[in-house]
Amino acid sequence: MGEQSPVLEMTGIRKVFPGVVALDGVDFRLFPGEVHALMGENGAGKSTLIKTLTGVYEIDGGEIRLGGEPVRISGPLAAQQAGVSTVYQEVNLCTNLSVAENIFIGREPRRFGKIQWGKMRQRAAELLARLDLDLDVSAPLSSYSLAIQQMVAIARAIDIDARVLILDEPTSSLDTAEVAQLFRVMRRLKESGVAILFVSHFLDQIYEVSDRLTILRNGQLISEHRVDELTQVQLVEKMIGKELAALEDLEDKAQSNRERSAEAKPVLEAKGLGRTGAIAPYDLTIHEGEVVGLAGLLGSGRTELARLLFGADRADTGEVLVDGKRINLRDPQVAMKHRIAFSSENRRAEGIIGDLSVRENIILALQASRGWTRPIPRKKQDEIVDKYIKALQIRPADPERPVRNLSGGNQQKVLLARWLITEPRLLIIDEPTRGIDVGAKAEIQRLVAELSDGGMAVLFVSAELEEVLRLSHKIAVLRDRRLVEELENTADVDADRIMQTIASGATS
Amino acid sequence: MTTMDMTPVTKDGGGPELNKRRRVYKPNTKYIPILATLFLLVVMYSTGVANYRNFDDPSVIVNLFRDNAVLLVVAVGMTFVILTGGIDLSVGAVISLTTILTATLLKADWPPLVVLPAVLLLGALIGAGQGAVIHFFKVEPFIATLAGLFLARGAALTINDESVPIRDDMWREISDFRIVLADGVVTKPIAIIAILSVLAAAAVLAWTRFGRNVYAIGGNADSALLMGLPVGRTRIAVYTLSGFCAALGGVLFSINSTSGWALQGNGMELDAIAACVIGGVLLTGGSGFVWGTLLGVLVTGLIRTIINFQGDLNAAWSRIIIGVLLFAFIVMQRLVTRKAK
Repeated sequence: MGEQSPVLEMTGIRKVFPGVVALDGVDFRLFPGEVHALMGENGAGKSTLIKTLTGVYEIDGGEIRLGGEPVRISGPLAAQQAGVSTVYQEVNLCTNLSVAENIFIGREPRRFGKIQWGKMRQRAAELLARLDLDLDVSAPLSSYSLAIQQMVAIARAIDIDARVLILDEPTSSLDTAEVAQLFRVMRRLKESGVAILFVSHFLDQIYEVSDRLTILRNGQLISEHRVDELTQVQLVEKMIGKELAALEDLEDKAQSNRERSAEAKPVLEAKGLGRTGAIAPYDLTIHEGEVVGLAGLLGSGRTELARLLFGADRADTGEVLVDGKRINLRDPQVAMKHRIAFSSENRRAEGIIGDLSVRENIILALQASRGWTRPIPRKKQDEIVDKYIKALQIRPADPERPVRNLSGGNQQKVLLARWLITEPRLLIIDEPTRGIDVGAKAEIQRLVAELSDGGMAVLFVSAELEEVLRLSHKIAVLRDRRLVEELENTADVDADRIMQTIASGATS
Repeated sequence: MTTMDMTPVTKDGGGPELNKRRRVYKPNTKYIPILATLFLLVVMYSTGVANYRNFDDPSVIVNLFRDNAVLLVVAVGMTFVILTGGIDLSVGAVISLTTILTATLLKADWPPLVVLPAVLLLGALIGAGQGAVIHFFKVEPFIATLAGLFLARGAALTINDESVPIRDDMWREISDFRIVLADGVVTKPIAIIAILSVLAAAAVLAWTRFGRNVYAIGGNADSALLMGLPVGRTRIAVYTLSGFCAALGGVLFSINSTSGWALQGNGMELDAIAACVIGGVLLTGGSGFVWGTLLGVLVTGLIRTIINFQGDLNAAWSRIIIGVLLFAFIVMQRLVTRKAK
């Protein structure tokens, strides 16, 4: 990229929340026609920086210049008018309105105050054609998949004549083909001179599509690089600020405990368990001290399989045996009584209660299993909570802080702590490391390894193959809502081997 | 780090193919409730024609508009509020306040052309106040407008707790004015005003930015805000409009009865909400049409007409039937929206 002047220049940005300095003198530059990745662990200040740009937060210090002119961004509308558009992780559109309306609302073509629907639909179709999309623009947005909704959000963003386009975790809910399509769109926009700020937790994606990257840690600027001058390992080290020894260490550990569990007793057996439309009948046995990994693509039925074992959905065929005895798994309470715990994939919607404190969130499941008529004494609560905050290294280590003020990784740890204090015999964790940073990921993986060493059975569901390979004794591979293969995680099993199964569906 | 969701799978093709796969045809579910109400209306009317003599007289339909003019105007304002996902409980009380205030001011010899804009402005101001409280202090619409209800009702009773007759010439002239539509079919100006308000509301909702913003806010207020739409302004405007419609309803009431009474319009907020719901306006906001509200009002009106024709049924039966219909329609809406997802 030639030496042009940046379209966006942020200098000395400072943002303080009660008790926390979220951004401390951060500089950030964005040039026209580049894809720039903003990197950092959860809680490093990425979201805060983006929100100061989009007008959700006002900065407490520093300066923002757009096209060389200092600007004050007072709200989302002001940001859009200044040429900064954002597409958020959760699609922020109105699904009750039509595709065309979602692109143009607030800027509808009008004559004498009357909206020109025909012109609007035509322009929407043209705009979508530029993104290689052919949609029925008068259909309600709700009739399209999340991926398409995201593309519509991008169409809306670029029609505002955005000079700066912010894509905040746009790929986290897309499948492979959809990600490829998104990247095509991004490259096209880049060629037309739009500056794109891209946030993603998938390092491969960063390296595939970005030109430069800026690394934040603990609210401070660490460095700015061209992507080709930094290896992935160097990048991760800069993000977490320590050597990768922690991860390596874990590797050895998991390797060694793969051997065991041969003569362990089965904790749970599923026989021909299935649910129409969700998952085909499957057999699965989980032993004491064993980590069973579930591998498969997004939508292959990973979560559905796990939910049946917890009674979150009712199976319509098959049976579940705990300690060799058949149980009637009609709802999660039954599962909890048999000491089966389920840490959900969707921590925001199904797990964490944002307004309650860390302590209250942790104590919730234990209290529920005791019944609400026998409250846990406060002193006991503090003891337990302190122990787990230390053990899981939940930060900040303040039990009374509302959970919503914690970063994603720490929320995940709180959720895990909630189930761990109920001392489950089988812990089902669905995507515990999704959307959290490398450091926290390593800690959660280590924890899972330790728990299984201590005799707990774990069903580990993850989209990241290497994570599954590293932790599991046994791997169950899913494809198209069917359990296609179960293999012992021996030395000759690697990612390629599993990918083959996922791609071909071959059973051995 | 290899993530599985990232690794290319050979089976899935490129862009255009992908789009075709995503393009699933779905019938537009947003018209189902309104069609159901229309169907119900036709069935009820046919039943009436089949069972009662003179039910097929055109004046039966024309009188529906005359007898339900006030409800229609109020329900139009309520439609805007419900479309944003809110609710306005104060409209019945605003009607009371408007009728008694109109009668009292006219009795005190205020010029009618001053009284008319004054009471309409008061209604709009009450609405705007409630909207401001809802928006700026993040108060639930239910609570804010409940407070408005008590305030307006109390103010009305303070002015006068007895019925006050109106002897003003202009009011009487409008009240006595008849519009001949056809031989033997006459209607009153208030019906025309009600119909005009429906037409105006339909145009605003379909063709103006304000109207579309109303739908956007009802669909997802957080998204609307992030899309840069004027959420606060629109919300306050919607309650202002509802207050204005309630005041207009009150004026129509005072014209129709040439009197003002502090208990006039008692409970009409609930009739208006019921009409909206029966007309397919989703209580959670973002879906529905003012045409549906019109049909909803006509359905409730037609129930009363049929009970009148029957002659031997207590008027309370109309409430029972409306209650049953409400249940049926809420359940149907739930089923339709669930299917849409």
